Amino acid sequence: MEVKTLKKEESKTGTKIRISGAEAVIHCLLAEGIETVYGYPGGAIMPIYDELYKFRDRLHHVLTRHEQGATHAAQGYARVSGKVGVAMATSGPGATNLVTGIADAQIDSTPMVCITGQVARHLLGSDAFQETDIVGISTPVTKWNYQITNASEIPEVMAKAFYIARSGRPGPVLIDITKNAQFEEFDFEYQKCTAIRSYTAKPTINQDKIEEAAELINKAKKPMIVWGQGIILGKAEAALKAFVEKAGIPAAWTILGASALPSTHPLNVGMVGMHGNYGPNMLTNECDVLIALGMRFDDRVTGDLSTYAKQAKVLHFEIDPAEINKNVHADVPVLGDVKESLEAILPLITENNHDAWHNKFKEHYKIEFDKVIKNDLHPEKEGLTMGEVIERINKESNHEAVIVSDVGQHQMIACRYAKFNTSKSNITSGGLGTMGFALPAAIGAKMGAPKREVVAVIGDGGYQMTIQELGTIFQTKVPVKIVVLNNDFLGMVRQWQQLFFDRRYASTEMTNPDFIKIAEGYHIQAKKVTKREDLEGAVKEMMASPNAYFLEVQVEKEDNVFPMIPTGASVSDIRLS
Amino acid sequence: MEENKTFTISVYSENNVGLLNRISGIFLKRHINIESLNVSKSEIDHVSKFTIVVHTTEDWTRKIVGQIEKQIEVIKAYYHTNEETIFQESALFKIASNLLFDERQIQNIIKDNHSEIVTVSPEFFVISKSGRREEIEEMYEQLKPYGIMQFVRSGRISVSKSEMQISNILKEFQYQ
Repeated sequence: MEVKTLKKEESKTGTKIRISGAEAVIHCLLAEGIETVYGYPGGAIMPIYDELYKFRDRLHHVLTRHEQGATHAAQGYARVSGKVGVAMATSGPGATNLVTGIADAQIDSTPMVCITGQVARHLLGSDAFQETDIVGISTPVTKWNYQITNASEIPEVMAKAFYIARSGRPGPVLIDITKNAQFEEFDFEYQKCTAIRSYTAKPTINQDKIEEAAELINKAKKPMIVWGQGIILGKAEAALKAFVEKAGIPAAWTILGASALPSTHPLNVGMVGMHGNYGPNMLTNECDVLIALGMRFDDRVTGDLSTYAKQAKVLHFEIDPAEINKNVHADVPVLGDVKESLEAILPLITENNHDAWHNKFKEHYKIEFDKVIKNDLHPEKEGLTMGEVIERINKESNHEAVIVSDVGQHQMIACRYAKFNTSKSNITSGGLGTMGFALPAAIGAKMGAPKREVVAVIGDGGYQMTIQELGTIFQTKVPVKIVVLNNDFLGMVRQWQQLFFDRRYASTEMTNPDFIKIAEGYHIQAKKVTKREDLEGAVKEMMASPNAYFLEVQVEKEDNVFPMIPTGASVSDIRLS
Repeated sequence: MEENKTFTISVYSENNVGLLNRISGIFLKRHINIESLNVSKSEIDHVSKFTIVVHTTEDWTRKIVGQIEKQIEVIKAYYHTNEETIFQESALFKIASNLLFDERQIQNIIKDNHSEIVTVSPEFFVISKSGRREEIEEMYEQLKPYGIMQFVRSGRISVSKSEMQISNILKEFQYQ
């Protein structure tokens, strides 16, 4: 069969060609540099899928086993590549199944464009077969959305969609296209969008604020940095490193900021937040200047706001004006792109080291090591811990793997103990806390960074929420490594039940299937480890495999994740046991 | 605890389908009731102005305005207290025509409230009144004993007492 594709010259910006709306969608994707889309076909998006078939030599479509999987895969792809992820689905249930991934992308600022098919324009509002108001449904969880009812709208709307998704503080955009608009022919011409008059992607940097911030930093005796994902999204890793090193300030990270500065950097003092490190949490309430870089003071980071860093002057470097003073009062708001702000402030910073202050972090680390880390990473008890599995992955991957974690105890353990040399290596569902995220996100991550080792770390609960994506792995042969840390419990909920609900384990114990047989059913090599002496060999075998690999590790049933800041408590009320 | 006050939020936006849903969702998400909502053309072509009245704290209002301004199609959003704005509502009262002649006091009420009769038919006549909410409510109370067939009141419209930066921003828009 002839594969009909337009010559490159014809799809160049500014050249008119008469094509259908469906074909126009493909040209828009190609013009935006998209190579891979994730999705699931259905009645209302069939014209676009028909065009995908024609263009299959230029645009790779990955058939996930559920639309939710398509969004998470697109997220994984976007998070490791820094490009826009694309997911598509049909109308009605196809579209509603995208919503979880869209909400996840919205709260974690992931650039994503979702395309949904919709019933024909004349049927809108008639409760037609598989009609749902996906624009209305997705409004609260998208950066922008739009329904296209005429083919001629496609180029401008698609161009806007990609610009909005990737610019400023990134986010998900949904474009809903009625079936008639997919069939209609029109004169197609594509212009990339570079500005929207009512939208300011990034605020202009105020030099006065930069100078004010620099003065406070230079005078500080006990300064501390907390950086977030804004550093990664703003490609500000080098600027962060230069700033941290010149100012000599201990720097901690939120879970989405992990990997922006190498784990072994001497000024990297660990993770803040509910299950973060002891030092950075305790010392948040001792520092005199708190420098927040591209982070949004999430409640999991701050704990009780009435006691959070009250003694400190807060400098908030942020691209999104709505985040300033949202949760924590900023004494000096530094609005703008964090990379540009850091580059602007660097010449004003005096070289410094805060050794005595930094030593306090080291002292706290020692306490945490003795009470928590030692037992997690080098346990003396018989049962395997999640921490030692992560530590083994660190060793076998040489700190170079992309770790995609799901949600729960294993996620906190992975974020605490995974070591990273390279940015964009910690892919997890931070804000929404979406169980089922990791397996499809790992598929996307591997496709977004094919040369990197991608290891999905998943609990037995979250794994079963999107376990069907093993089918996608089997079909695409994407060589992801899957590690299920099985404690036969919804571990994090069980931990809370133990600590706060009098050990009433309501509906958290799981009777699990034979995961090995399931993996093998999808023709994925699989192994189960129950003893410590088998762990090293199994992880080595997994990492050496050129193909997808499933490793189940039976871990301690009732292990808890510490340190822990109970909900609503102060960051300095952090518990070590 | 910060006290609740009445704030008028003004939103200047592109005139696009679906934006009202997006903006109202911001209030819904925070469980804040909209006391009054008016959307109309602004002084610039294709730019709409929302006038939204809420009764809440200034902190919440400021955060809401931040979230509104974040919407792609919103050009600018502001909030003002009652003291900072000139504001009005409009109301229509529909009353049986015979009362106009049988109850002479009604004519006095119309005159005293600086309202006007907009139409008269054999069955009913309609009075319009513009002013602050209390003035309209006072007139309502005065007319109530005579029987009001229908009553409707608009959302608040307002302009700021001070010059607003939006004028210059919108001027630039006009030339784009």
